[in-house]
Amino acid sequence: MIDLVVIPLLKIVFVLTGVLITVMYLVLLERKVQAWIQSRLGPMRVGPHGILQPVADVLKLFIKEDITPVRVDRAVYTAAPIIVLVPSLIAFAVIPFGGPVTLFGRTIDLHIADINVGLLYVVAVASIGVYGIILGGWASNSKYPLLGALRSSAQLISYEVAATMTLVSVIVTAGTLSMTGLVKAQLDAGVWFVFIQPVACVIFLIASLAETNRLPFDLPEAEAELVAGFHTEYSGMRFALFFLAEYANMIVVSSVMTTLFFGGWLRPFPNVAWLGFLDWVPTWMWFCLKTFGFLYLFLWIRATFPRYRYDQLMRIGWKVLLPLAIANVVVSGAIKVLF
Amino acid sequence: MGHVIAFYTLSVLILGFGVAVITARNPVHSVLFLVVDFLFVAALYVTLGAQFLAVIQVLVYAGGIVVLYLFVVMLVRLRRPTVPHEDRRRLTRLGVALAVLVLVEVVAIAAWSVASPLPAGAVGGGQLVAANVEQVGMALYTDYLIPFEVASMLLLAAMVGAIVLARRPL
Repeated sequence: MIDLVVIPLLKIVFVLTGVLITVMYLVLLERKVQAWIQSRLGPMRVGPHGILQPVADVLKLFIKEDITPVRVDRAVYTAAPIIVLVPSLIAFAVIPFGGPVTLFGRTIDLHIADINVGLLYVVAVASIGVYGIILGGWASNSKYPLLGALRSSAQLISYEVAATMTLVSVIVTAGTLSMTGLVKAQLDAGVWFVFIQPVACVIFLIASLAETNRLPFDLPEAEAELVAGFHTEYSGMRFALFFLAEYANMIVVSSVMTTLFFGGWLRPFPNVAWLGFLDWVPTWMWFCLKTFGFLYLFLWIRATFPRYRYDQLMRIGWKVLLPLAIANVVVSGAIKVLF
Repeated sequence: MGHVIAFYTLSVLILGFGVAVITARNPVHSVLFLVVDFLFVAALYVTLGAQFLAVIQVLVYAGGIVVLYLFVVMLVRLRRPTVPHEDRRRLTRLGVALAVLVLVEVVAIAAWSVASPLPAGAVGGGQLVAANVEQVGMALYTDYLIPFEVASMLLLAAMVGAIVLARRPL
């Protein structure tokens, strides 16, 4: 009873709280990192060095007036932010945050669910998130959101294909679809999969930038282009949900990249015995460090590159990334069979 | 016991949303109810132990095909065509007749399958759970290779047809 209901519930509460707090501080981190790259300081006033800025932001979004345009489709307008947010959050159910730990005499695995098709579950759930964007734009009954929504969803479904193909080559290398199985496969192989599948890693990184609507692929929400894209007509808490979903998506994608290519919760060189002193760092700490490395990479890229025009964006997705990803699958399969 | 509860709850939800698909006034709502329907069907697959199929159902059907349906439905502003001289009662009688016909057919099939059941070893049972993906893969690429290739050809034909219909004159 306890193992079946209470522990998973506690894990869910823990993970959700962690994700929400991380998202809050990720927003602050983004502003700070972008500021420092641009030779300025970012938020400094609210709390020492702006540490309490997210609290101020959350309060502001909570108490802001909720303006609903007149002729919107009420049900869909209300549902759209929820449809965007929920998939981002439930994707965390299969991500392995660490190895097994012993607490109060019980061995607890640091993942909420270990399903045998874990990786495919993450991809499937991400493809449901596209609905929220389309519906948000359509339900707003306004030109710019509709255009932004169509562009964004076309971009998302295009890059989803390339990203899924790279995941196929990783699955071919590892031989399993389960996320915990993938970490174990890297432990058995003795090397992170980024060294076996570098092309797949790079393609997945670029495709993830496009999947999360981040620069250089953020035309659908660029302020100068489409006001604010599909979330123009949303204010207050509804906008907060869209915002939350975008950053939660970023965290999901970084976690998946860590788990697939960089050893998940394994310490560096897990098979080298004399580096065993590194084991005092808990496994979930390694996972967090690697994930934050990728999140920092996302923020860094945002502050560095100009954005792609829409036709360039689509061209890269279909004519460059997809053929590369498919070729990668073929080569991986061939190497796996021959060696 | 839990199996039965899950099955009946899911069935009620699937059928309910199925009715909602055809009775919704707004076509976009119709498509959305269809998506929810597909998600519940995926849940039904999970109760049967076919997790791979469930996730593929969400990924391909709910997350791919219906998205494209949604694009079309959203951009084509459909209005209920006004049909003059539409006889409501005749349509209802036709609908009921068809429904009764389908019911008779389903009952006949059920009775026949109860009278001559499949041999006991036909369904894999427990071993399906762990080796889902491998078994589907093996079956698809060895026993059912020809249907697989034929399906790929069909998709290719559909794609070529769509591109030809939508291309700009050079």
